[in-house]
Amino acid sequence: MTFADLVQYVATGLLVGGVYALMSIGLALIFGVMRVVNFAQGDFMMLGMYLTYFFAIGYQVDPLLGALITIPPFFALGLLVHRVLLVRVTGGGDPQREMDAQLILTLGLSLIITNATTMILSPMPRGIRTAYATQAFAAGPILVNQARAYAFLMALLLAAAVYVFLTRTDLGKALRAAADDPEAAGYQGINVRAMHGIAFGVGIGLVAAAGGLLATYHPIEPTVAVNFIVLMFVAVVLGGLGSIPGAFVGGLLIGLVQSLTLLVLPFQLQNVGVFIAFLLVLYLRPQGLFGQRMRSV
Amino acid sequence: MPTTLSRRASALLPFALLALAGLVLTFAIQERYHHRILTLTLVWATMGLSWNIISGYAGQISFGHQAFFGIGAYVTILLIVHLGLTPWIGMLVGAAAAVLAAVLIGFPTFRLAGIYFALATLAYPLILRIFMDFLGYQEVAIPMIRERAWVYMQFLDPRAYNLLVLAAFLAVFWLSHAIERSRLGYWLRALKENEPAAEAMGVDTFRCKMAAYMLSAAPPAIIGAIYAHAVLFVVTPDAVFGLLVIVQTLVVCLVGGAGSKWGPLLGAAIMVPLSETLDMTLGDRFPGIQGIVYGAALVLVMLFAPEGLYWRFRGLLVGRRSAPAAALQPIASPQPDAAAPRAVATDGTPILEAHGVSKAFLGLRAVEDVSFVVRQGEILGIIGPNGAGKTTLFNVLNGFLLPESGEVRHRGQPITGLRPNRICRRGIGRTFQVVRAFPHLTVLENVMVGAFVRDAAEPDARARASAALARIGLETRADLLPTGLTTLDLRLMELARCMATAPELVLLDEPLAGLGRDGIEVMMALIRRLRAEGVTVAIIEHTMHALVRLADRLVVLDHGRLIAEGPPAQVTRDPAVIEAYLGKRWLRHAEGLRA
Repeated sequence: MTFADLVQYVATGLLVGGVYALMSIGLALIFGVMRVVNFAQGDFMMLGMYLTYFFAIGYQVDPLLGALITIPPFFALGLLVHRVLLVRVTGGGDPQREMDAQLILTLGLSLIITNATTMILSPMPRGIRTAYATQAFAAGPILVNQARAYAFLMALLLAAAVYVFLTRTDLGKALRAAADDPEAAGYQGINVRAMHGIAFGVGIGLVAAAGGLLATYHPIEPTVAVNFIVLMFVAVVLGGLGSIPGAFVGGLLIGLVQSLTLLVLPFQLQNVGVFIAFLLVLYLRPQGLFGQRMRSV
Repeated sequence: MPTTLSRRASALLPFALLALAGLVLTFAIQERYHHRILTLTLVWATMGLSWNIISGYAGQISFGHQAFFGIGAYVTILLIVHLGLTPWIGMLVGAAAAVLAAVLIGFPTFRLAGIYFALATLAYPLILRIFMDFLGYQEVAIPMIRERAWVYMQFLDPRAYNLLVLAAFLAVFWLSHAIERSRLGYWLRALKENEPAAEAMGVDTFRCKMAAYMLSAAPPAIIGAIYAHAVLFVVTPDAVFGLLVIVQTLVVCLVGGAGSKWGPLLGAAIMVPLSETLDMTLGDRFPGIQGIVYGAALVLVMLFAPEGLYWRFRGLLVGRRSAPAAALQPIASPQPDAAAPRAVATDGTPILEAHGVSKAFLGLRAVEDVSFVVRQGEILGIIGPNGAGKTTLFNVLNGFLLPESGEVRHRGQPITGLRPNRICRRGIGRTFQVVRAFPHLTVLENVMVGAFVRDAAEPDARARASAALARIGLETRADLLPTGLTTLDLRLMELARCMATAPELVLLDEPLAGLGRDGIEVMMALIRRLRAEGVTVAIIEHTMHALVRLADRLVVLDHGRLIAEGPPAQVTRDPAVIEAYLGKRWLRHAEGLRA
């Protein structure tokens, strides 16, 4: 293996990791503000892929733009799911039981979405044809797929927008206040329930957009969620549950680990590296790379 | 004894009825398809029962239980294919492999709590699945054997599989019943409700979880092997390690109600025939209808009956046991033992010694270089203003916290670094500033959790717990849930639970907090009586007047440091103590008054 090979693997890993980072930010935002582990996150990503696909097929919208347009409808869908389902299992007594209930509720939701999509749209995989999907940028011996490069840049831009939103706007600050201390935020006149809805909407919008970006180079099928939800969990736990910069870095790292695993393990075992990294982080540093340890007693 | 006999009989009756119902169904059903539904119902009921042991009783949600199911199926099949070993033995090897896997998974994973544990368990079946693909076991067919087919678990008559699965189900049902009645069952329920409280009551929470995990790993391996023969014929990673396996397990358990042996059966009896029938009639036109039914079942049950149908129905039939507090007679003062003179038993032997104990949180020195001794038979008061480090000190003494430096000795032996359950077993009990009840256990069961430390058998623990309740004067509340009790009742319950562990020393963390005037008198009389009965008491308070009447000696903490020690009369005149409580200005005032 040459040095150029290594650079190639790192570059590929980082590019894929950028999209993972965007989807993981959505999950981390939802967990950070609401303390909900959303099992259906991968399914909303899958739906985002399909919406981008239909924009591309029906209206010739470039998927990079299509990914952006998915955000508003998925934000609305997130608000609705929060309002109709999650509110009912939030805010009653024992936090541990509540978390379990939310996890199982969203698992049920995930099953419904996957199977309903299979039923309505058929399990057949689809893809979006773009000119750049088969082109590559060349930097010396290093080749970079154009679709992945564009998707990576868009993901970076969106992640930066989220960062500005959370740190510079009043609404973003209110969200963070509701995440840090819901009770105190409530006393300051912040409607915590509304913040939960917004966090869920933004989280779903982001993962749908990430799905749209992914659709530029990844086949679209109803069962795609299962593989990605686990990667998102890993990225979010890696970065520290609920930490948004952590999730971003976690997503990049997952891309890197996936790519670098190929250097030592055969292709079929690509995700084994990811799971081993996940378990190692859980055992050695359960609070994640960026999270703070929760008090146990 | 007639009572034990009738208890046995009452336990056997539902078991016999279930066996009978299973046999009747097996031989009454005519269509092959219905036999299949019966087999599947019992398969998923058994999986639900197994999952229920770790996730229902012990409350540790496992999303990776299909790992054991798949291990059982694969080990059994591969032993047939490669070694020609009969599956009757192969599935036992599979079960052993599953238990071994549970140990290997459990050791690192039980260090994680709650959601982290659940997420970590997700990874294991995924890893196994990838490896099975990698090793070339994408499809392993069971070789057809025509001669002596029964040796290879191959039957033409579907009733044979019905009976086989029924036997497995009944075995796991019986196991669940035994766990519910056993010390392990009580301890699992306790640690599910409140892990630190269970640990402080002598429950080795790690070992209990591990035992539950191992017990819950073996049956899925057996049922996985049977499922492969009765239903699959060709084993694939997706069929045995896939998401649908854990989903069906979760569905039957959660719909029926986790935490009871009846829940998974009820859930399976409803959900499996429903989804199979839908799949049969609509599956061709609507692929994925089963997934939608399962998903909808999970969503609906979490929205409308998160505890599950069994508990919902039971709640309707039996009614809540937490009677309104108003209906209860207040606890009568136990007669203070007037004959017990103060400090009679103090022979000066040190029971517990702290040497230079320090503990800091993120740089905040909560306890700093504290040394003191608790002597046999005394009531030692530990006082100090809010935030003086009193509770932190107790948490170090009973093992919740590891001090940065210093040592704690019990009867001369170092106990620093021992887990709280070990310290409890050595005879050091404790209560909490905010009562830590096990809310879904009755008052008697709460106390039994402590009693099991000394009595392994359930009837003995029950008797010990009843005696502890009577000793405290709380026997009239025995069958109530803690939720409706007054603060005094709760504090008494916690004291009884602590006493049931037969401690020689009790650490009481603000036992008077939140009590009315009468309550304080009741509690103080009780504490005096405990001491008269030979129990040494260390007690935290921040109100001085109560302790001055109660304690033989006082230790005063301020800002984590020990600032005074001695008899109450001396300590209350100590300028450092007055300053700590009232500030410098009052100190001058007090000196002025004295002068």
